Amino acid sequence: MLKDITLGQFFPGTTVVHRLDPRTKLILTVLYIVLLFIAVSWASYGVVFLFLVCSICLSRIRLKAILSGLKPLVILILITGLLNLFYTRGEHLLFRVWKISVYWEGVRTAVLMALRIMLLITGTLLLTYTTSPIQLTDGLEKLLNPLKKLRVPVHELSMMMSIALRFIPTLIEETDKIMNAQKARGAEFDTGNIFQKAKAMLPLLVPLFISAFRRADELATAMESRCYHGGEGRTKLKVLRMERRDWIALTVGVLLLVLVILLRRLGL
Amino acid sequence: MSPLIETKKLTHIYSEGTPFEHVAVRDVDFSAARGEFIGIIGHTGSGKSTFVQHLNGILKPTSGSVLLEGEDVNGSAAVTRRVRGRVGLVFQYPEYQLFEETVRADIAYGPKNMKLGKEEIEQRVLEAADFVGLEASLLDHSPFDLSGGQKRRAAIAGVIAMRPDVLVLDEPTAGLDPRGREEIIRNICRYHDAVGGTVLYITHSMEDIARFATRLVVFNRGQIALDGAPEEVFRHVEELERIGLTVPSVTKVFSILRSRGLEVAEGIYTVDAAVEALLRLKGGGGNA
Repeated sequence: MLKDITLGQFFPGTTVVHRLDPRTKLILTVLYIVLLFIAVSWASYGVVFLFLVCSICLSRIRLKAILSGLKPLVILILITGLLNLFYTRGEHLLFRVWKISVYWEGVRTAVLMALRIMLLITGTLLLTYTTSPIQLTDGLEKLLNPLKKLRVPVHELSMMMSIALRFIPTLIEETDKIMNAQKARGAEFDTGNIFQKAKAMLPLLVPLFISAFRRADELATAMESRCYHGGEGRTKLKVLRMERRDWIALTVGVLLLVLVILLRRLGL
Repeated sequence: MSPLIETKKLTHIYSEGTPFEHVAVRDVDFSAARGEFIGIIGHTGSGKSTFVQHLNGILKPTSGSVLLEGEDVNGSAAVTRRVRGRVGLVFQYPEYQLFEETVRADIAYGPKNMKLGKEEIEQRVLEAADFVGLEASLLDHSPFDLSGGQKRRAAIAGVIAMRPDVLVLDEPTAGLDPRGREEIIRNICRYHDAVGGTVLYITHSMEDIARFATRLVVFNRGQIALDGAPEEVFRHVEELERIGLTVPSVTKVFSILRSRGLEVAEGIYTVDAAVEALLRLKGGGGNA
């Protein structure tokens, strides 16, 4: 059941999107988010959407995986949509019920907002679906490297991030196991009022914390016994290299940015 | 005898419809009668753990059904809840589920969830602790102060305290030293003799299981490959080895002797039977 959480999951593959340098993908994702916030018209949304669809098709990620990634956020999207629907004032009144009036502009903003959130999430999902956590933090470390000059502990931060990401599935699996073991002893996690539910979590949380600390301890020992001492002079197993496809992808991204800015200027 | 628990065409597929799709158990028909002591053997990933997690409704079958005394385990939430108390499942490394402040409270967790009376619970805790060989003086300690073997036994007691009709143990001796292993096996045998319930014991150690199981079920690639009395199953030395399992050393020796032309019986798996067979071969028998 908990294994079904797809946020932050990685689907291995060998498509172009999978093989892109993680730096390229990170930059493109940031670019994509910027694009989404610059886009105001249907036309520019169309451009962004097209870009996303092409990327998804290239990555061969199944639509089902993307939909299941969107599912946990349906409520957020709905609330944002509804708030925009009711609170946007405009000139073209559609209807008015009691004190609530809905304008044509409200409908437009609501739809665009909902679309924006969905596109935002889908885009970032695509990044994590096609990039392994290790690659992701490697890329991030490289991109943030200049900050080392400002004494930002970039390597340590990215190591912490890799470890955290690395242990999410492990902890989820562990939670699943302990939950099952307690269920086998008659525990019920989904019945009763909120206090009963909170109390029922205790048999789950205590073993989970203990095992998390044990794992942290073991990991620290394992790292020290392999002489880990931070990023100084450390080399990479897989050296990141920008290939032709990376430059092409980045060029496409920049062109899209120009296109969307142009569309905005032209007021389309 | 009508079966106590049975599965019909049980199939379980993990992550169906994703790139990680994996058929763990396929079309398994299995049934166990009251009082049987069944050893479930199989290679890592053969589906044996997945299979037993269906028996008390922890995992829901992708298709097929699990019946406890003819009643579908997954029929309704209420049935599943009842079944949890009747089919006790001890997971692998069960000591990681301990959470209470005292061993006593931890063992009482299962019975408490069954909404039993206070005195009844206390009695069951003492009984279960005795079955697994935990001294009463340890009951008021924190479970986290116990040794590895003691923790394991406390966790097993937590399931036994529910007095299940079917006790399922998933590799209860994994990671223990020989003495801890021996103690757990002996205690489980003693429990089985005293209570007369059905015990399903998962292991991949043939030596362990050969000595006390009344029946062996061998899993391979999510299906039951062999099922029968130990001497019957151990007759299939080659098949077992092809699956990746080792037979007890005695069986191995006798299988080689047979292939060299000695006339000894098939499926010998205990030292006693081996001695008897050798004596018979000498033509003497009796005076060893």
